[in-house]
Amino acid sequence: MDFIRNFPFFSIWMPMVAGPVSSVLSGKKARLLNWTVVVASGLMSVATLVYVLSTGESFTYTMGAFPAPFGNEIRVGILEAVTASFFCLIMVLSLVGGHRFTKVDIPEEKQNLFYIMINLLLSSLLALIYTNDMFTGYVFIEINTISACGLIMIRGWGRNLLAAIKYMIMSLLGSGLVLISLSILYGITGHLLMEQMHESIVEIVQKGTYTEPLTVAVGLFCVGIAIKSALFPFHAWLPDAYGYSTCASSAILSSLVSKGYIFLLIKFFYRVIGAEIIHTIQVDDVLFVFGIAGMIFGSVSAIQQTDVSRMIAFSSVAQIGYIYMGFGLNTEAGIIASIFHILAHAAGKSLLFVSLNGLTQGTWENANYRLLRGSAYRNRIAGIGFAVGSLSMVGIPLLAGFTSKVYFAQAAFGAGSKVKMLVTLIALAISTILNAMYFIGQVINIYTPIENAEKKRYAAGASMWFAALAFIVANLVLGMGSQPIFRWIERGLSMFS
Amino acid sequence: MPEELLHNYLSVVSMILFGIGFGNLLLQKNLIRKIIGLNIMDTAVYLFLASMGYIAGRTAPIDDGSQTAAQYINPIPSGLVLTGIVVSVSVTALMLALTIRLYRRYHTLDIDEITVMVRAEHNE
Repeated sequence: MDFIRNFPFFSIWMPMVAGPVSSVLSGKKARLLNWTVVVASGLMSVATLVYVLSTGESFTYTMGAFPAPFGNEIRVGILEAVTASFFCLIMVLSLVGGHRFTKVDIPEEKQNLFYIMINLLLSSLLALIYTNDMFTGYVFIEINTISACGLIMIRGWGRNLLAAIKYMIMSLLGSGLVLISLSILYGITGHLLMEQMHESIVEIVQKGTYTEPLTVAVGLFCVGIAIKSALFPFHAWLPDAYGYSTCASSAILSSLVSKGYIFLLIKFFYRVIGAEIIHTIQVDDVLFVFGIAGMIFGSVSAIQQTDVSRMIAFSSVAQIGYIYMGFGLNTEAGIIASIFHILAHAAGKSLLFVSLNGLTQGTWENANYRLLRGSAYRNRIAGIGFAVGSLSMVGIPLLAGFTSKVYFAQAAFGAGSKVKMLVTLIALAISTILNAMYFIGQVINIYTPIENAEKKRYAAGASMWFAALAFIVANLVLGMGSQPIFRWIERGLSMFS
Repeated sequence: MPEELLHNYLSVVSMILFGIGFGNLLLQKNLIRKIIGLNIMDTAVYLFLASMGYIAGRTAPIDDGSQTAAQYINPIPSGLVLTGIVVSVSVTALMLALTIRLYRRYHTLDIDEITVMVRAEHNE
């Protein structure tokens, strides 16, 4: 069974090879190759998860001939394997659900380019999840950015190009900050592997030397990742980038791309720096404030939108705020709630984007809310999917969003200070009301029948039925059967240090 | 304090350059100037890394069997610089390609003007 130890490396390596190979294939063959690779990576991640659960301990996989502290490593624990399996699942469902729109939106001769980007994105996401080396993390952050930029611009409209270049500019600012932060950290610790960095940092803090450079480096890293994952004041690039790309792109971008960066941030906090030191230099308080601000202002901006795709995109800003608020609590319960919310948000948001594209079939792909009135009767499964996704985002019981809000509320009671507890609970309440205002409003809107409307039906197609139903099941599983996942996250997190 | 700054002048210079590059990438309206800012920013980081790995009086770590490890500078930052250069070349190429496509379509390099034109195109 020790052969399974190679699987994480294979699941990164396969899409990385499949990407360049796709450039010489036709669109259809590239698609088949890509789907095979995504499914295979997913199965390998599940096998890895089963293996890690059975052994009960994490393992490191040395890349190349050099052992630590010189070589490059992959580290696999329960948390990594759960996240990787889940990301592969969301990716394959988004691709299947958006398949019909991919065929229409992207010219035949450019289809293989789309699948190159998907392959590279998968490879970089898995590498960000598994890597044990901060500089490798930086390199894959850039690969992730480049492939995400390709997914944004693949439709080729003017506003896609503009959104792509805005995304690139903001992302490059972020990765510049990450790079300088890693250089400073390398300068004061002399290592790039996470465990060795952590040992040096503990030593530095005990001796009291280099505390300023350490604070600066942690701050720069956080700002860099915050820009790239669209935390509240840095979210200007997000609505255009997510709102106007093709269906599969929007679903994957909103549910996975920013989560890869956030996962690296979790590893940085809990494996490289350590929760106590994060608390000593008060980075958690800063993230808490911005997270709360994001929860409120993301939703306020979403309410003002007339275009439903932009509305869903702005709601991502609010959901990212939730995740950062969990980091800000800086307790074990808070971070578990954040990780659970990463999964819950991915399942809900990709469902929303896939079903929204089904709803806009009768409106020339215009997602203005007036045109969407009554659209749920034109495409039944898309209507149901949109309703389930919206209710999950609002936090209706039985669905994923509710469970993660419960976990956040529980975490709030365990927060160190009373102020944080009160602020978290109040922000959760306000944000839920704001979410309900726009999501429930849209659900009512799409189910409002128009009088004298032509009774035209749009066939959803087997692919959309399959994807939407699978997403709904994923939301229900996360909502009702969250206990095992919760325990896996808990065990995975305890393996981190 | 001034002596420390003077002693670590390479770090100081690279931080100033980083700031210049960052500011240009963030604030310039012209896309080409933004890309130049990006390259200044990345180059500043390479200067910082290279200056960290350099140890006065030692030579480049090219192993010909005649010297010991104690006579070489630290090779890892140089390796990081090489990796970083590859990354920054690829993102620069991507940014330039995007800029060319936008220029062919809107005949300007000013990102604010392009934004106005895109809005007009989609009747917002």
